[in-house]
Amino acid sequence: MEISAERSAFYQELSRKIRILILVISFFPFTLTTGILFYRFNLTYTEKIQAHISELVQKHTQNIDTFLSEKLGNIRHLAYQLENNTQPPEQFLKTNLELLETEYPDSFTDISIVNEDGLQIAYEGPFNLKNADYKNSEWFQNAMEKPFYISDVFAGLRGHPHFIIAVKVRLSGKDHILRATINFAGFNSMVENIQIGKTGIAYILNSKGQVQTKVDIRINPSIIASLVDYKNPENRTIIAEKQDPAGNKYLYAISTLKNIDWSVVFRQDVRDAFSDFRKTQMLTLLLLVVGCIVVITVAFTLPRYIVKLISSAETKSEAMNRQVVESGKLASIGELAAGIAHEINNPVAIMVEEAGWIEDLLEDEALKETGNLLEFKRALKQINTQGKRCKEITHKLLSFARKTDSTINDVEVNEAIREMVSLTAQMAKYNNVSIGTKLEENLPFVRISPSELQQVMLNLINNAIDAMEKTGGSLTIETLRSHAEKKHIEILIEDTGPGIPKENLERIFNPFFTTKAVGKGTGLGLSICYGLVQKMGGKIEVSSQVGVGTQFRIFIPFQDDLTENIKSEFKTTIL
Amino acid sequence: MNEVNKDKDMIRLLLVDDEKGYLDVLSNRLSRRLIIPTKAYSGTNAIQILRKQDFDVVILDLKMEDMDGIEVLKVIKRMVPDLPVILLTGHGSQTAAKEGLLAGAFDFLTKPCELVELMDKIREAHEHHRQHSESINLLDVDSSPES
Repeated sequence: MEISAERSAFYQELSRKIRILILVISFFPFTLTTGILFYRFNLTYTEKIQAHISELVQKHTQNIDTFLSEKLGNIRHLAYQLENNTQPPEQFLKTNLELLETEYPDSFTDISIVNEDGLQIAYEGPFNLKNADYKNSEWFQNAMEKPFYISDVFAGLRGHPHFIIAVKVRLSGKDHILRATINFAGFNSMVENIQIGKTGIAYILNSKGQVQTKVDIRINPSIIASLVDYKNPENRTIIAEKQDPAGNKYLYAISTLKNIDWSVVFRQDVRDAFSDFRKTQMLTLLLLVVGCIVVITVAFTLPRYIVKLISSAETKSEAMNRQVVESGKLASIGELAAGIAHEINNPVAIMVEEAGWIEDLLEDEALKETGNLLEFKRALKQINTQGKRCKEITHKLLSFARKTDSTINDVEVNEAIREMVSLTAQMAKYNNVSIGTKLEENLPFVRISPSELQQVMLNLINNAIDAMEKTGGSLTIETLRSHAEKKHIEILIEDTGPGIPKENLERIFNPFFTTKAVGKGTGLGLSICYGLVQKMGGKIEVSSQVGVGTQFRIFIPFQDDLTENIKSEFKTTIL
Repeated sequence: MNEVNKDKDMIRLLLVDDEKGYLDVLSNRLSRRLIIPTKAYSGTNAIQILRKQDFDVVILDLKMEDMDGIEVLKVIKRMVPDLPVILLTGHGSQTAAKEGLLAGAFDFLTKPCELVELMDKIREAHEHHRQHSESINLLDVDSSPES
């Protein structure tokens, strides 16, 4: 069926609206949900990672603190022993270093005693540092001011990094320093052991921001400076994210030692720390993209499908509407007709009777002399004829009012057709039309008004005979179980008349449409047929080809059980 | 021939129609054919006349302004059940015809109608009425000792 441009634009608009609606109502909750879930996950995961790192750094910091306290304790204890010592200092140092090494392997490198002038008066260890002068060393000056002191890492006289624990002792009435060098490699490994992920490294910074442990990588000084600023009175681990000038983002965990003004710094590449999170992020993104693709696909295919459904439904309903309008037209005309018929019949009856009265009076002798008597009679007869014609028209109009015999019966279509054919046979013969029938046997009964079916058939047969009036021809009536419509009987009425031009074919069922000469047809026959067939629950179709002929197809529905019932009834009667 | 005319003369016909023009011309034509009808111009008028006079046949219009023809027919049938009533109406629907016949009408004709046809029906109805009353009279003879 052809769809108008206006309709097609409407469908496009409809399709567009549905598409937008689908996109909006799908995307809005979809993205919102994904966004919220992702945000929540992000938050929780970050917290989890930070807590994990923070806990780890805290633990290691405590380890280092314990280590330092322990070593400081060792040396302080040794200092106390030294004050009450009777042995020569060298001997004392040797004995005690050996003792310490057995007790805490790889902890101490050497121990020595430095006098108040900074001269190392006794030394025990792998280096030859006896009589070394520490007068100008920073550590010595610091150590002399406090009862005990832990130095920063420095290279010193021996030329490689180390740090010392110094405890002030009083020997022979003068201040001395008992000094122990901590095994740097051992200490360093404590820090190096803090390893998380692929990029996690740890180091110690002193209060000046100098790195106190061995670090394989260069650490950006600006970052170090910013890390030193973190004051941490409650001894908690601080988590911070920093970006170096190269653009790499790092996660930092800073924890301060108790015994010394040092900070343990742990650094990990953010990408590494959040690698699992990144994977989840990618998966979420992938799901989002897949979801979007699905939504978009649906948004583009579904409207097309819906519009197709709507379009076909509309086409159907349009066809139905046309039928309803057609039958509505018939019904309203029917009502009008019933009223008019009565109003017209009365005056027409008077006219006809008056004419009859004149006719009666003409028989009087005086009037018989009139020369125009024949003409009078002819005119009166004409009035009579035309009056009858009026009556015919009104009677046909009345058929619209459906007040004809509409008693429903079980009708055998073939029987009804045979009856109508025999009724019209005389007229057909007169017009040189041969009527042939091709009736399928054992057709089911239909439950309709037989007189209405007769009316329909009569109208169609009369029309066909009228159409072939001049030329003659053949009229074929065929009945069959319809193939086109399920559970319908099909009646075909086919003539070999001149055919109906296309422009008339559309209007053929319209009331008062006629091509017959004025006065020959009312233009109601086919529209009555249309109404009656529709009343039977069926439909009537017409097809025609100019010069070939016209074919009417009537479809009347039947019920299976009806036929069965009648057959069984029939059987019972026979039995 | 005379016999027949005499018979015709004897038909006492009541014509009921509220359409004066129709009633008058029909009356004229029937009178010319020796059936002289009594005219009633309405349903009530017809009933009044029927109370005073006896008739052989009534011709009754179905649609009248004061009373519906079917109502008049029912009243007539109550008053004189044997009286044949021919319905003559412009309302030519078959349901109306059926309704009328069910209410006891003798026949049903539609306007305009051939005078010949109408007269045939009148005669038929009269004959029917006559036979019927004769049979009743016979019964009367049997039952009443004075006849």
